[in-house]
Amino acid sequence: MEILAELQRRFGDAIVETHDRGDLTAIVARDAILTVLGHCRDDVALAFDVLMDLTAVDYLRYPGREDGPRYEVVYHLYSIAHNHRLRLKVRLDEDDATVPTAVALWPIANWLEREVWDMFGVRFEGHPDPRRLLMYEEFVGHPLRKDYPINRRQPLIGPAS
Amino acid sequence: MAETARQEFMLGEGGATGGGPQNLHVGVGPAHPAMHGIIRILTELDGEVIVNADVEIGYLHRAFEKDCEQGSWNNAIPYTDRLNYVSPLINNFGYASVVEKLLGIDVTERCKYIRVIMSEISRISDHLTCVGASAMELGAFTVFLYMIKAREFLWELIEDVTGARLTISYGRVGGVKADLPEGFAERTRKAFKDTREVLDEVHRLLTGNRIFMDRMVGVGALSREETIGYAITGPLLRAVGVAYDVRRAQPYDAYDRVEFEIPTRKDGDNYARYLVRMAEMEQSMRIVEQALAAIPGGPINVDFEGRPIDPATYVDQGKQGKTEGLLLLPITLSPNLQGQQRAALDRVNVGDKRVVLPPKETAYGSIEGLMNHFMLIMEGYGIRPPMGEAYFPVEGANGELGFYVVSDGTDRPYRVRCRPPCLPPVAALPRMIAGEMIADLVPTFGSVNMIGGELDR
Repeated sequence: MEILAELQRRFGDAIVETHDRGDLTAIVARDAILTVLGHCRDDVALAFDVLMDLTAVDYLRYPGREDGPRYEVVYHLYSIAHNHRLRLKVRLDEDDATVPTAVALWPIANWLEREVWDMFGVRFEGHPDPRRLLMYEEFVGHPLRKDYPINRRQPLIGPAS
Repeated sequence: MAETARQEFMLGEGGATGGGPQNLHVGVGPAHPAMHGIIRILTELDGEVIVNADVEIGYLHRAFEKDCEQGSWNNAIPYTDRLNYVSPLINNFGYASVVEKLLGIDVTERCKYIRVIMSEISRISDHLTCVGASAMELGAFTVFLYMIKAREFLWELIEDVTGARLTISYGRVGGVKADLPEGFAERTRKAFKDTREVLDEVHRLLTGNRIFMDRMVGVGALSREETIGYAITGPLLRAVGVAYDVRRAQPYDAYDRVEFEIPTRKDGDNYARYLVRMAEMEQSMRIVEQALAAIPGGPINVDFEGRPIDPATYVDQGKQGKTEGLLLLPITLSPNLQGQQRAALDRVNVGDKRVVLPPKETAYGSIEGLMNHFMLIMEGYGIRPPMGEAYFPVEGANGELGFYVVSDGTDRPYRVRCRPPCLPPVAALPRMIAGEMIADLVPTFGSVNMIGGELDR
C-alpha cells in the first residue's frame, strides 16, 4: 500500500484510482502513463526494472461497464531489487484507443505492444515498428475484441482472389 | 527490415540489379531442421556475418486466449497443456493457481506437495529436451539420444500419475485430478538414479568438450542490462548472474519448505545457459526428494476395509433408492480412476463444493453428490469466481510463467492472459545474434528454448 500512497502523493490527479485486492493496482490517466512508468522504473525506492507483462482487456461486455471506457491496457511491473510487483492500468475510449509507447523505457515493450495492437487494435503512439505480431498482415480485424466472433473465417494467406 | 524483407532471395541467389557488393537476405525457417517449432528468422548477411535480423512468429497461433473465454473455467486446463508442451504440468498448476487466487481458496497441503513434485519432474524433462536438442544441432547426436532416454524415465512417471505423456490435463482448480499412485516414490527414486547417470555421462561428453565449447562459449551473449530490459527470466536471466527465481522470490505451493540452490553464472552466453540448466536439473531432483519425504498423508495405500463392492452394484443400489449407508460404503473403482477414490480425492482437493467435483462414488451414490456434480458441469453454473482480476506467477522451465485473469462473475473467464516465458528471449534474439556468424544462430536459438505452443499461443 505504501507504493500506491507514494504514487498518489506524487502524481495527484493523474492516479485515477487505486486498490489492493490481491495485487497492488493503480489506474493512471493516459497522459501521465509514460511519466508514471518512467518514475516507477527509475525511482530508487520503487526500482521496477522489469516490464513483466503488457496486455489489454476489452470491457465491452463486462457487466456494469458497458458504457464506460472500452479498453484497459495493463502493465505488470516487477522489481528485482525489492521483489515487489505493481499493476498499472490505463483506460481508453473506443474512439480514441491510443497510448504512448513504452519502447523507450523497455525494449520488450516493442513486441508486447505489437501483440496488443494485433489482438485489440489499440494503437501505440510513436511505436517504431507497428506491425502485427501473431496474425498475418492481411488479417482483417482484431481477434481478442469481444465483438470479434470466434468462428469467423478469413483467407489464410493473401487477399482472396 | 519491413522493406528489406520484401526482397529476400534463396541462398546463392543475389540481387541481379548489380550496383556493387550488397548484403544478402536469407530467410531461415519457418520449416527448417534447426528451427524446432515453426518460426521464421530473416537474416541480413554480410558474408557469413549476421548484420541484422528480424523474427517472425505466429505460425502456431491457435487463439488460446480467445478459446479460454468460450468455455468454463476448468475447460481451459486442456488448452494450457498445449502452451509449453514439454512441461505442461507447470502450465496446469499456474492456471489453476490464478483461479484459486481469485476465488480466495487455499489447496490442501498434500496437493501443494504433489504440485511441487510434478512441476519439478516437468522442469527436468524440459531442460533435458532443450540441452539434448541443442547439443544434437552441434553434432552431438549421442547426447540427444541419452537425454531423450532420461526424459523417457521421467515421462513414464508422469504417465503413471496423469495417465498421459504430453496432454496431461492433470491440474484442477482447487486441487489435482487424482492422488499419486502406489509405489510412486520408489519409482521416482529409480528414475532419478538413472537420470543422474545420464547427466553424469552428458557432463563427461559435453562440459569441457573442445568442439562444444568452441561453439558455445562467448556466443549469443546478452548483457545484464539488456536481459532485464527485455524482461527475460528463468535460466537466461540466471546465466547473467541475477538470482531471480519465482520459487524463491515469491514462494508458492510448498517451495518455502524445501531447500534448493539457485544456480547462476556470470557470462550470459550459451555455455553459461547450458551450465545453469544442467545445475538446475540436479536442484529439481533435490526438491522432489525432499518433497517426497515431507509429503503429508504418507504413502497412498487405499485399503478397503468393510465390504468392497463393484461400481455397477453400487450404482444399481443407488438407482433403486437403497441409499442408506451407501455413502459410507467403500467401493472399488475402475482401475482407470486410480487415485480418484473419495479418500484420495479428499486429500488432494479443497473441500469447497463450489469448485471441486465430488468423487465418483458420491456422484453416483447420493442425490446431493449428483446435484453437486451437475451444478459444476451444467452450462451457466460451474465455478464462478467473484468479479475481479488476478495475476499469479509460477516458475516455468523457461522463466516466469504468469497468468492474468479477469472474471465477470460468471462461469466463464472474461479474459485469460498468459505471459509466455519464452517470448522475451525470442524478442531479444536479433540482439543476441547480431554481429555473429550465421552458423551461431543455431546454438543460440537452441539455448533460447523456443516453444511454439507457448510463444504463439
